[in-house]
Amino acid sequence: MSTAVGTLRQGRATPAMRRADAVPKVTGEFAYSSDLHAAGMLWGQTVRSPHAHARIVGIDISEAVGMPGVHAVLTHEDVPGRKTYGLEFADQPVLASARVRYFGEPVAIVAAEEPEQARRAAAVVRVEYEPLAPVTDPERATEMEALHPDRPTMGHGYRNDPRPNVVRSMLIRHGDPDASGDATVSGHYELGQQDQAFLGPESGIAIPDGEGGIDIHVATQWLHVDRDQVAPCLGLEPEMVRIHLAGVGGAFGGREDLSMQIHAAMLALRTDRPVKMVYNREESFVGHIHRHPARIWAEHRATRAGQLVAVRMRVLIDGGAYASSSSAVISNACAFAVGPYAVENVLVEGLAVYTNNPPCGAMRGFGAVQTCFAAEAQMDKLAAELRIDPVELRLLNALEPGGTLATGQVVAGSLPTREVIRRAAAIPIPEAEELPRDAIRLPGGAGNTTRGEGIRRGVGFAVGFKNICFSEGFDDYCTARVRIRGDGSAEVHCASAEVGQGVTDVILQVARLELGTEHVELASGSTAEVGSAGSTSASRMTWMAAGAVQAACRAALDERERLGGAEVDVERVYRHPRTFPLDPETGQITDGQAHVALAVAAMRVVVEVDVDLGLTRVVWIGTAQDVGKALSRTAVEGQIEGGTAQGLGLALMEELQTHDGVIANASFTDYLVPTFLDMPPIVSELVEEPEPDAPYGVKGVGEPPTVVSTAAIVAALRNATGRELARVPVRPDDIVEV
Amino acid sequence: MRIELTVNGELLEAEVWAGESLLATLRDRLALPGSKNACEQGECGSCSVLLDGELVCSCLVLAAQADGHEVVTVEGLAPADALHPVQDAFAETGAVQCGFCTPGFVVAAADLLRRVPEPSDDEIREALSGNLCRCTGYQKILDAVREAAGR
Repeated sequence: MSTAVGTLRQGRATPAMRRADAVPKVTGEFAYSSDLHAAGMLWGQTVRSPHAHARIVGIDISEAVGMPGVHAVLTHEDVPGRKTYGLEFADQPVLASARVRYFGEPVAIVAAEEPEQARRAAAVVRVEYEPLAPVTDPERATEMEALHPDRPTMGHGYRNDPRPNVVRSMLIRHGDPDASGDATVSGHYELGQQDQAFLGPESGIAIPDGEGGIDIHVATQWLHVDRDQVAPCLGLEPEMVRIHLAGVGGAFGGREDLSMQIHAAMLALRTDRPVKMVYNREESFVGHIHRHPARIWAEHRATRAGQLVAVRMRVLIDGGAYASSSSAVISNACAFAVGPYAVENVLVEGLAVYTNNPPCGAMRGFGAVQTCFAAEAQMDKLAAELRIDPVELRLLNALEPGGTLATGQVVAGSLPTREVIRRAAAIPIPEAEELPRDAIRLPGGAGNTTRGEGIRRGVGFAVGFKNICFSEGFDDYCTARVRIRGDGSAEVHCASAEVGQGVTDVILQVARLELGTEHVELASGSTAEVGSAGSTSASRMTWMAAGAVQAACRAALDERERLGGAEVDVERVYRHPRTFPLDPETGQITDGQAHVALAVAAMRVVVEVDVDLGLTRVVWIGTAQDVGKALSRTAVEGQIEGGTAQGLGLALMEELQTHDGVIANASFTDYLVPTFLDMPPIVSELVEEPEPDAPYGVKGVGEPPTVVSTAAIVAALRNATGRELARVPVRPDDIVEV
Repeated sequence: MRIELTVNGELLEAEVWAGESLLATLRDRLALPGSKNACEQGECGSCSVLLDGELVCSCLVLAAQADGHEVVTVEGLAPADALHPVQDAFAETGAVQCGFCTPGFVVAAADLLRRVPEPSDDEIREALSGNLCRCTGYQKILDAVREAAGR
């Protein structure tokens, strides 16, 4: 396996670094899930709750049924099979029956000839609600009425916590957390709710096959787990539900959970017509899960020389109305809370709760983003307290192979923490820019009407890490199928979701290398053609798809040789080295490692802040990231730059605002994502230290930049302003302290 | 109501309802889904087209307003089987990831380079700040527009 590392050169499979899908995407020919059409199709529309918490008294569909062009109006009574679904725990109703638990929860669905007819019919579905007091404060959720009295996440081996509204309670205890040091720093930190804000709205088309089964073409991150949630709700065997990957307009975790899949399928099966559903932007904001808002308390103790002695943290995340992946997010948040530092004594308490706020689940960085923000602020506080250079303090405590995580796991793979810190710190930062200058280059841009008198410059530094692949004993595998034809050309099947990250090119690159031919095509992903690839998440897909395609190619070549060159068709399953659960009471490893691999990134940021106006400008970012082995430098840089932009968004502008659980800014007018003018130039250094257990030494690269960038940007803002800035996104008011 | 408009050089007719956007007509009635439906409220630029040569968000133009006018979409930016220099540069530099914003960026960048053949980086950033991209962080889009300007 390792011999291939040297021969796998960037650009081998894609001359001039062009992605396989680049040309159809620049010409507009690439078919996204919202672009699909089928003959005779209807349009679906969802009726959603205007309340964050309410009892449903009655649903009257009679007027809607009689509207022009309407073919079906369905409610919870029409769900053919299981009434609930969920990624890990089936706690979410397909359509709400007795009560709604969040703003925007689906209550009824409509199919009509024209989209506008469907919208008008949806508007006259009369749902009578009796509003209930919403549980919106995560701090108090465990003292309030249980939103899920049947406790769907109990009995899954988690720490016993009988309080109401607990999704998962975590405790990580390592060494003696009471150990004292020469210096102690503490702080409370808070992160607002971020949205994935992928540009391609939730959408797809469900086509009945005329024999009771259904084909669903959809933008998703995991075809097979969609199928396994959809089929029981339709009352169908899994093979009667075929999920096909349509073009995906970004994902970032927000497509791990189902959106319109079951609804479109129900309407299609009822009407015996293809049904297309497309959310608009407002509906998209309520139609998928978000990044968990978090409140974190941390206390760090260290020796006078700067050696960390003990870290204690409490992490509270708001899971919203349904479990989604909250249990895994809180586990990750806690497991990586300390950061990539060696600390002998650790106590981390974590809690994910149910509330009536918008449901939260996976988003790029998955728990590590939240705790990195707190832990890195703590490292800077400690450096200031001890009068040690912040970079030196981090180098002094850097966790390296052979060191121990807070979970007791000894780092066995690659983890070049010191190297990424040194490399990031060595990138030269730009000179301070002179005044006066074009207003477009002032904090706040052309809206800044000063001459720059209030501008202060700041430099910040942060380090972040997280796990690669699924953890804690999850059976994490990927399947690939390779058909070699008589003429030596090949077709690869792999159900890995191409969400823009470029896994298509990874697959083609590996197959072309392994098969020794350029004549390789990748078939479109479908549950009908190949086994599960697992999820496009947890920075796992490059590693897992490379492993599966490599194994299938090698098996196909062997089989072909055995058969004397005849056509072969071989499917293989790849698994990364096994992981094991954490002890629920101590958070320590049990029969072996809980995480298969780690990746670390360091980032230096230069900002300018107008301290009079509270406006900010990120001037420059330099970063070094542990990437294992880069299969394509362009693709890796793209992940670093894009992942950093999302971290910048969380640092400076992105927050879903809720009042009593009701989202107030479900639009791109009010929920701001970084524009071209908000993003600075980014200098990326790739630290290549092959991961020993991974095919070709690759590591996932998508998440570390998002983990580290929020922390690094706010560190620079603190440096510029001298303010604590313990909450993100940082608002102008926080900077001018009004 | 019935409208008649020239799209990518071809005279087309469509039966639309009064409140329908030009974007919906292009995508759902004229089989031109290249212009994208990311926000449908004029904030993201994914639906950018040229209306009588002027860059507009087609989600903010009523189909009825386009009656008798000329529209160029991403599908008509270059002759069939050829790429506009901006399209070629986007493909070349890694400016495309999920690609949902790409058609809008391509149309807006082509419009910029027609007006300002050698834009500065600030001019590129400013001109394209009405187009949102969630994947790339814009750096490789900047590279692409510089590259296209140099051709």
